[in-house]
Amino acid sequence: MKYISEFRDGELAKNLSKKIALAANTNREYRLMEFCGGHTHTIFRYGIPDLLPANVRMLHGPGCPVCVLPMKRIDAAIELALRPNTILCSYGDMLRVPGTEKMSLLKAKSQGADVRMIYSPADCLKIAQDEPGKQVIFFAVGFETTTPPTAVIIEQALQLKLKNLFIFCNHVLTPPAITGILEPAKQANKKVLDGLIGPGHVSVVTGSAPYDVIAEKYQVPITISGFEPLDILQSILLLVKQINQGSYLVENQYTRAVSAEGNMKAQTLMSEYFELRDKFEWRGLGEMPLSAIQIKPAFKHLDAERCFPITQKTSTDNKACECPAVLTGQKKPTECKLFNNPCTPENPLGSCMVSSEGACAAYYTYRRSDFISSDITSHKEH
Amino acid sequence: MALDLKNGCIEMAHGSGGRAMSELIDQLFLPAFDNEFLQQKNDQALLTLPGYRIVMATDSHVVSPLFFPGGDIGSLSVHGTINDVAMSGAKPLYLSASFILEEGFPLSDLQRIVRSMAKAASECQTPIVTGDTKVVEKGHGDGIYINTTGIGVVPNELTLCPQNIQVGDKVLISGSIGDHGTTILSARQDMDFASELASDSQALHDLVEIMVATCPTIRCMRDPTRGGLAATLNELSQSAHIGMLLDEVHIPVKPSVAATSELLGLDPMYIANEGKLVAVCPADQAELLLTQMRLHPKGLDAAIIGEVIEDSNNFIQLRTAFGGKRVVDWRYADPLPRIC
Repeated sequence: MKYISEFRDGELAKNLSKKIALAANTNREYRLMEFCGGHTHTIFRYGIPDLLPANVRMLHGPGCPVCVLPMKRIDAAIELALRPNTILCSYGDMLRVPGTEKMSLLKAKSQGADVRMIYSPADCLKIAQDEPGKQVIFFAVGFETTTPPTAVIIEQALQLKLKNLFIFCNHVLTPPAITGILEPAKQANKKVLDGLIGPGHVSVVTGSAPYDVIAEKYQVPITISGFEPLDILQSILLLVKQINQGSYLVENQYTRAVSAEGNMKAQTLMSEYFELRDKFEWRGLGEMPLSAIQIKPAFKHLDAERCFPITQKTSTDNKACECPAVLTGQKKPTECKLFNNPCTPENPLGSCMVSSEGACAAYYTYRRSDFISSDITSHKEH
Repeated sequence: MALDLKNGCIEMAHGSGGRAMSELIDQLFLPAFDNEFLQQKNDQALLTLPGYRIVMATDSHVVSPLFFPGGDIGSLSVHGTINDVAMSGAKPLYLSASFILEEGFPLSDLQRIVRSMAKAASECQTPIVTGDTKVVEKGHGDGIYINTTGIGVVPNELTLCPQNIQVGDKVLISGSIGDHGTTILSARQDMDFASELASDSQALHDLVEIMVATCPTIRCMRDPTRGGLAATLNELSQSAHIGMLLDEVHIPVKPSVAATSELLGLDPMYIANEGKLVAVCPADQAELLLTQMRLHPKGLDAAIIGEVIEDSNNFIQLRTAFGGKRVVDWRYADPLPRIC
């Protein structure tokens, strides 16, 4: 695959792996967090931990849009889907996410709800045009990456004067989530991570500039990284070098896609239709101020939250679930008591097990051999 | 009365057992599947089998869309069952076909499907010797469902099963993975992919014949359909109580399949195939078997993809092309495309 396989070259990986091993100081630990779920997925899919020295450890951040959505928003989507005369459109990986009492959009579908898996928000426009007698609701989810396409269909719905398309907006913002991890640690006078692999696709939209403040304030080096395995290895090397030098700059490894100012057109489009929410609850991170967006009041006739009554449920996660600690890099998925038993991708109890980009799901799917053999070893030791 | 094969549709009467059904059989099924067994118009076929052990397999086919690049539900329903029979090392001999048709289904589509089945069955020299037709009310079916059952015979000395697999054995695949599943995904409505994708739907009995002749000690064969290569290898490892270590670089994936799955965030290891087989054989036979497979048109891209290892957890592990290692998990359900 042209322009893809070049970034997955095993020989180049070996070279980078050697360089990282040479650069990493054996007297210290390097705790590096990748923010994005997409990065987490790549790290495990290509077996990157096997190419790193033992003292360079990856922590897995909260950048999985499926994982951070609280259960009550899933419940709300299910409730909307079950409304009569309604079509709920959703990205594929939201369909199995469990809400209260293990209900999900897929289960709602089996009970008769018209739930459609879409590949692009533009599909919702077409469905709304094809089915004028139905109320079509788009379950809009994601960080700054997926927000512009939502803005585009709002714009087009207005142009087409569509009366039956609604957006259930759950878009969240990246910088507040990073701050949400670093600020509590700073308050407690602790350093939880030594370097950050910054978001790639998000930064295509936002640019790399928003991270300058974060790097400066928390004195943590940030490398904006692409999603191919060589991108990530190179970003790790850049971070290790910065950490050795004691510097905390924002570096851009993903220069083929990311600029400092980002995609201005997308940013304008977003600010046209969205505004900041006062607060938004994140699964695992709790309620955070100014961390999400909503549709501006001028376009409230498109806002599913304003157009349809939604029951405010107070559903909570399992108390033993360590997702908050996993999402903030304080614990490995395998350090959670629920991991593997009973929490599995088939029966997820916590947010990090629900999506393939979640840290727990990635551990379970790709590295199960590690912890099961270590379980056997520790069992023998007892 | 002559059926209107151009504009007509399936009616409830076509499943009633009355004259309408007889017309459908006489004018559509019989001319297509024509053979001595069907001509007798009995409710069953009387068959003579050589003195071997008999293999029997059944498979129901539901697919949307019904017609796709590389095949249709008709050819798929023949190939699928022939392959299930052939994976035992058997020579498939006869098929049955049972149709569940939805009221309103166009007769022209039915004819196209039936002709495609007839062509597939004839190419495999496996006649459809008995069948059944039922009609369900409109809204109670998805156009057409086809069940086929196949029987074949297998020599007494040949028993292929996962329990034969031993540590050190090699794992082979007959060609590229994920072709069928990605074709179906991109052919589905609302997905506007321009690509060279085509289903790999094909019968593998002739390839199997050469394989068992070349390597009678072959341990086991499976066709990795639903759940893809990952599901099949996990099934084998669980049944045989072994593990496997695969090499990603050796697993053939066509560029168009790789690109489509990349775009959708899917892994070809989990995507369905309809014309590929996985074989496990003793290590010292692997190269010879591979050479023979590659000489056959249905095995041109065959490859040795890994080996059987001892593993009490029965994991399938993969050495990635990138240099790391990971587990190839047995997933609970179909993977779903990712957000971004």
